[in-house]
Amino acid sequence: MSRHRNVRGYNYDEDFEDDDMYGQSVEDDCCISPATANQFIYSRQERQAPKEEPLEEEEYEDEDVPMSPTISHNLNPLDQAKSRDAPHNKVDSEIVPKVARMTVSGKKQTMGFEVPSMGENGVVTALLRRGGSPEDATASSEATTKRPGTPSKGSNGDEPSTVPTPGRSSGKARQSINIKAELEKRQGGKPLLNLVVIGHVDAGKSTLMGHLLYLLGNVNKRTMHKYEQESKKAGKASFAYAWVLDETGEERDRGVTMDVGMTKFETNSKVVTLMDAPGHKDFIPNMITGAAQADVAVLVVDASRGEFEAGFEAGGQTREHALLVRSLGVTQLAVAVNKMDQVNWQQERFQDITSKLGHFLKQAGFKDSDVFYIPTSGLSGENLTARSSVSELTSWFSGPSLLEQIDGFKAPQRSIDKPFRLCVSDVFKDQGSGFCVTGKIEAGYIQTGDRILAMPPNETCTVKGITMHDEALDWAAAGDHVSLTVTGMDIIKINVGCVFCDPKEPVKVCTRFRARVLLFNIEVPITQGFPVLLHYQTVSEPATIRKLISVLHKSSGEVLKKKPKCLSKGMNAIVEVQTQRPVSLELYKDYKELGRFMLRYVGSTIAAGVVTEVK
Amino acid sequence: MTHTNKNQFVHDMHLFSQVTLMPEEAEDMWHTYNLLQVGDSLRASTIRKVQTESQTGSVGSSRVRTTLTLCVETIDFDSQACQLRVKGTNLEENQYVKMGAYHTIELELNRKFTLAKKSWDSVVLDRIEQACDATQKADVAAVVMQEGLANLVLVTPAMTLLRAKVELTIPRKRRGSCTQHEKALERFYEAVMQAILRHINFDVVKCFLVASPGFVRDQFMTYLFKEAVRQDNKVLLENRPKFILVHSSSGHKYSLKEILSDPTVTSRLSDTKASGEVKALEDFYKMLQHEPDRAFYGLAHVERATEALAIDTLLISDNLFRHQDVATRSRYVRLVDNVRDNGGNVRIFSSLHVSGEQLTQLSGVAAILRFPIADLSEPEDSSSDED
Repeated sequence: MSRHRNVRGYNYDEDFEDDDMYGQSVEDDCCISPATANQFIYSRQERQAPKEEPLEEEEYEDEDVPMSPTISHNLNPLDQAKSRDAPHNKVDSEIVPKVARMTVSGKKQTMGFEVPSMGENGVVTALLRRGGSPEDATASSEATTKRPGTPSKGSNGDEPSTVPTPGRSSGKARQSINIKAELEKRQGGKPLLNLVVIGHVDAGKSTLMGHLLYLLGNVNKRTMHKYEQESKKAGKASFAYAWVLDETGEERDRGVTMDVGMTKFETNSKVVTLMDAPGHKDFIPNMITGAAQADVAVLVVDASRGEFEAGFEAGGQTREHALLVRSLGVTQLAVAVNKMDQVNWQQERFQDITSKLGHFLKQAGFKDSDVFYIPTSGLSGENLTARSSVSELTSWFSGPSLLEQIDGFKAPQRSIDKPFRLCVSDVFKDQGSGFCVTGKIEAGYIQTGDRILAMPPNETCTVKGITMHDEALDWAAAGDHVSLTVTGMDIIKINVGCVFCDPKEPVKVCTRFRARVLLFNIEVPITQGFPVLLHYQTVSEPATIRKLISVLHKSSGEVLKKKPKCLSKGMNAIVEVQTQRPVSLELYKDYKELGRFMLRYVGSTIAAGVVTEVK
Repeated sequence: MTHTNKNQFVHDMHLFSQVTLMPEEAEDMWHTYNLLQVGDSLRASTIRKVQTESQTGSVGSSRVRTTLTLCVETIDFDSQACQLRVKGTNLEENQYVKMGAYHTIELELNRKFTLAKKSWDSVVLDRIEQACDATQKADVAAVVMQEGLANLVLVTPAMTLLRAKVELTIPRKRRGSCTQHEKALERFYEAVMQAILRHINFDVVKCFLVASPGFVRDQFMTYLFKEAVRQDNKVLLENRPKFILVHSSSGHKYSLKEILSDPTVTSRLSDTKASGEVKALEDFYKMLQHEPDRAFYGLAHVERATEALAIDTLLISDNLFRHQDVATRSRYVRLVDNVRDNGGNVRIFSSLHVSGEQLTQLSGVAAILRFPIADLSEPEDSSSDED
């Protein structure tokens, strides 16, 4: 029995100070084990069919949480929520939070209390009112007496005044009101923005962003000094700022970014999730993963003589990256004309680049009003956070600095109302049981303790914890780039590219689907049976073009020719694509962000498309 | 493959319409698979389980080696193990097997078999010639990889065999900790190295291509030889010069096409059949791009082009000749003969090669014409689309 009590690890600091009842376990009062209790004691609480919880959750959860005998199977998700996070649960609204919270040693115990304190309290006090209704026997008294402790921690005036009825739907509706309100209140009202930095190789993306982070104070001086020294030792002194974002040994050795580096910073009015993409042609699949999650982009071009031309010509990445982000739905773009100090801040060079790029970007589909040009120097730090003081620049340039421009982007609308969707971009094992998945929430919202469904493996699991930028949260909504700790599933089944969704409204899985594609400048014509690489969100899967259904007119969309022999560049066509393994995707008309994909072949992008029909 | 009694070949053909061959390596099994048709007669040595009943009535069974002649009904080829199993009914009197009884022969290496057909067409004769040709024996092993995915293949003149596929989820780097990423990479390289040691026979392989986008191949090579030195693995160390590093755009199997046509590779190896096929398909696509009226695919279109005596190069996949009913097969054979008679080239693509797979997706038959023919606007024969 004492196994259920984590006496050794009991953290008394976390107790609510005034609470005498805290720390008494249920077993003191009755002498049956919770398992027996679950089996034999009838619980009026049970309104839903018993769910099978996998046994492995028992291992570490049992030791910390003394279970109320009246709660049966639904406790396990509760336990997990409890052990990590704030002393409340939101799992299933019919379960009243009556479990005494005991912390497990070694876990981040401070998590639930700081950041979303407003949120947690709001929900807790709301639940408190529900808990007040005498629905349960013994242990609830203990829990409810605990509750008064929590509102003392802080107050959140945003409480729904209606006494909630013990029904699932109303419970959920109440939760969602909270989420929306929380979303507005969060971080003092600053909307979240996902930014991706793109550009040709060696344009200075990592250096620019590293320097920006340093100037903002996100990197402390000692760390910066360390990087400078080490990079000088390695013979790459000019890469000191880039090392802020390029962390793997391989990247530092070679001086290239190989995978998207993710971090966060704040501006005056926004919280920005920064994704530093690689510029090399070979790493474009990684860049696509980053760009698919972004809302706005910064395109970095090298102003030096010859470099800009090299990046801008047909084989360079400036064009390809710009086309890719446009096809992935980014509309706002800031062009940082970097390394201006190498050309002595000449205005004609800047104008030259601006006009060439402007022409190209307009063709690509960016509106002139949504594109901004800023001269910068990543290495020296000019015009990054503050307006430049270099006279050669200020004589002809009076626009905003890069940070001000990023601040000026409009944050897009997030579809919180739609069913939950998260595309997995990374899977790894963290401390504790269960594993972590990282990804951006494309739609809907999530709370700890929720059950979610993973497709295509088609398995459910439970969310044990949510982390965003190394801070723990209890909930997250569309647009957030989070790391979820999930349990209840085998890590083998999940790989990059799976989509987590709401169990009631799962995402479609298929191997064959129809799509409307727009072909880029390709040399080889596309025929039936053409092998391509399908890039969809975080997935990259080999596929073949099974059928060429019809060719459409570029602007009007009417069918020009049925069953064409082959497709050449610039055409707009409807094709049927078949993948080797099942892919989970959504139609474009249901989810704008989730309906786009790219097709690549032999290292270059050949087409961008939207999903029209799933077979 | 050797043809026993080559002088007898022509003589045999006219008298008995049969040929005796001895498969020497795995590839010969593939050639035999393409030679056999339902209804042929195959004579080979095989093992039969025989029930013996002794005087006392006790039944025992023993395995007896005997030579049987079967009338072929079913043919099975296992491409991974390169085994060919032929099922049929007995045609000749035999002391252990009744006439008309079923038996499955598993063709063995280095044992003669005799094949008799009702009709020998040019395609089959071609294949026998090719199979007996001793010059083309280049074996190339290749591993195409990217972070988390590796395909290990063996490329012979007629087949591309996937020997191993390693797939691992590698965690990405995160702010603050890259150790998971690096550790997972190490495990990945270890798995690929084990696969290489297990599946590749370095005596047979002429060269070993390592291809990847980015720097994966360099990292892998450093790891491989560091481990080889550490474990004192003689096989790897002796065969070090055979390793060639090539760039490819991804780790998927179709990237093989790119590496086989890579100039560094072709200069090292003499022109293998596989790379020849890749080049022919590339030519076809180039023609389709620049002069679409000179490049056709699909049986209906190509036949029409043949009638106009317009075909310069015919690309056809060998699975069209395999186990078809006589009528369809003779249609294809006629196509091939027509093109040859008119001075065109015929390239028969092996369907096990990556280029052959792509050609099969493209309906299996394609042609480059001598002069443009107006694009036929009739809808494509849709039966080839369904799968």
